[in-house]
Amino acid sequence: MKKSPRTLLWSIILLTIAVIAINLPSKGQLSFTKSLSFKQGLDIAGGTSLTFKADMKEVSSDQKEKALDGVRAVIERRINFFGVSEPIVQTAVSNDDYRVIVELPGVNINQAKNIIGTTAQLSFWEAGATGSAKIASPSAYPLGAIEILGPDAKKTNLSGRDLQETSVGFDANTGKPQVQLKFTGDGARKFADITKRNLDKVLAIVLDDQVIEAPRVNQAILTGDAVISGGFTNESASILSTSLNAGALPVPLIPLQQHGVDATLGQESLLKSLFAGGLGIIIIVIFMTVLYGKLGIVASAALILYTLSVLSIFKLSSITPYAITLTLSGIAGFILSIGMAVDANILIFERIKEERRAGRSWHESLELGFSRAWTSIRDSNISSLITCFVLYQFGTGSVKGFALTLAIGVLISMFSAIVVTRTLLRVIYK
Amino acid sequence: MNIIERKNWYFGLSLLIIIPGIIAIFLWGLNLSIDFTGGSRLTLSFNNAVGNNQVQAVDEILKTEKIKVASIERSNKLIFIRTSPMDQNQNSKFINILSKEFKDVKEHEFETIGPVIGQETTWNALKAVGIASILIILYITWSFRQVPKPTSSFRFGVCAIIALIHDVLVVLGVFAILGHFFGVEVDSLFVTAILTIIGFSVHDTIVVFDRIRENLRKTGSSNFAKTVNESIIQTIGRSLNTSLTVVLVLVALLLFGGESIRWFVVALLIGIISGTYSSIFNASPLLVLWHELRSK
Repeated sequence: MKKSPRTLLWSIILLTIAVIAINLPSKGQLSFTKSLSFKQGLDIAGGTSLTFKADMKEVSSDQKEKALDGVRAVIERRINFFGVSEPIVQTAVSNDDYRVIVELPGVNINQAKNIIGTTAQLSFWEAGATGSAKIASPSAYPLGAIEILGPDAKKTNLSGRDLQETSVGFDANTGKPQVQLKFTGDGARKFADITKRNLDKVLAIVLDDQVIEAPRVNQAILTGDAVISGGFTNESASILSTSLNAGALPVPLIPLQQHGVDATLGQESLLKSLFAGGLGIIIIVIFMTVLYGKLGIVASAALILYTLSVLSIFKLSSITPYAITLTLSGIAGFILSIGMAVDANILIFERIKEERRAGRSWHESLELGFSRAWTSIRDSNISSLITCFVLYQFGTGSVKGFALTLAIGVLISMFSAIVVTRTLLRVIYK
Repeated sequence: MNIIERKNWYFGLSLLIIIPGIIAIFLWGLNLSIDFTGGSRLTLSFNNAVGNNQVQAVDEILKTEKIKVASIERSNKLIFIRTSPMDQNQNSKFINILSKEFKDVKEHEFETIGPVIGQETTWNALKAVGIASILIILYITWSFRQVPKPTSSFRFGVCAIIALIHDVLVVLGVFAILGHFFGVEVDSLFVTAILTIIGFSVHDTIVVFDRIRENLRKTGSSNFAKTVNESIIQTIGRSLNTSLTVVLVLVALLLFGGESIRWFVVALLIGIISGTYSSIFNASPLLVLWHELRSK
């Protein structure tokens, strides 16, 4: 398959225009580039990543997968309620450990804990009838229950599962935010029973093993409506409301790993890396030009095309499901690949010099340089790709990012250093 | 220039660097980060350069909170803290107490890794290095399968791997020493660096091997040592140049690329310089040594 240099040249020119357009700062005219932007990793954009182990002690083995999916669904629902952009919720099974990995860009670690960490188990407790069976250990009581309800406090059969929906409202008298509960039909019946038998007594509303409010029941409530007004701020009321809406987690989660990064540090590091990358390109352009003269200038042009192409791939990937996330280590991998991108050119140019010394013509040397350097370029790049592949298989987060960017770099650089440089040289030395 | 004739000198120079490193690894081990051991890592920032009183305050608060401190380092406006695993509540409590004393403190980064994840990362790292080496040996053996007698493609593969192990040992040794004297940590990015070095080391070695393969076909192998030496001399320029471009870029990253990837870049730099050395002065001379031992 030998295409004429002219067709190739035009393809390269078109490619150049395309990648320049993609990488132009998107202001104004070119509207299609607007939606393109780099997908930044948590270490740059700031945000929180959390890994949990799902506690499957009480789940039969055939139900574990299902329970894990349940966990993911609940977490996804909660995140959506809070309107986090581009969250990632993944599940993983490794060595019998069932895990959930959550990444929340732009969310700090405390907010993240509120979104996911809050288990929001709602329950209602009543003072037990005298002589009723006692719960074995005091630690099984919610915090504050004994003080309010006495030593015979008892959990009722009404819980967060009986909720139909919740919303945030405001107390008509005080104007303070409160969480309004609406029970399902079944829940409303249970609630009616409870309020009937606890008339003039205190009922404790318990959230996650802590009494948050203990109102006195003045009259039986038959409609299935209730209100929690336990000293909320607007934010805490809406957090409680959404967590109750999203439902309880089917199994408890144990944190394995948590990582929160502040955005300012990430942006600072990003700017530094970009500066270093830019400087790297300039140094290489000078180096190649000094060493190989005209050939070096052509290689530099190919290098710049290479850089823009890789950046374009990063940008374009962000609109596909396979978005490449740029992390600091990924950017380091990319910058490293800039240094390696001209390797093939050096191998070729040295070979051309050698063929010239052997007394061949320019044309002949040029063609021989490319064809004879090919085996070493192929073998060395394949060995780099092998390590990228292994890194991708065994690495986690940042390591995967590095491997992917390096692999893309290796592949594109083979194209730019060989096809682009050769075409340009063939056209120039026609 | 006859590199092959002096090969024992070059092997000696390598050993001179590797042996202290190996001793350091056995004496002190590597300074493993929480990525492998599990624990917490915090980065705090202040408005002005950090002094001893901030460091002391941090240390005291953590002690009263019964959190084991592994290290506290400062760098200009930042403090880096490593502790036993802290949960979210302990972390916010710590920051609360500290901000009472220093109003300008900000938490930039908080990371906790459980011991389970740590063990997994360690195991995966070892597996990755092992599998990458095996795949590369297989690839080289296959790619050099047509190499003329008296040598064999398998020998090329093994020598490339020895050069690769050389480079990995150099980097590990240097980091064991750096870890002991300067508290430099080995984290999961370091593993990435090692694997990249493996790729690059072989990359460099192949350039020389490829020329040996070509010259053997052309001139035959009546004088194996001479052919190998010529091949090294013919390719030494491009070996140095290809490494130099990478080194230049890495130096730019080292000087201007920011704190978080500094030691990652240092590891890469050492590895790539070592890789260039080993591809010229170890890998190919080893081929000759093997040949000589066999033909005796």
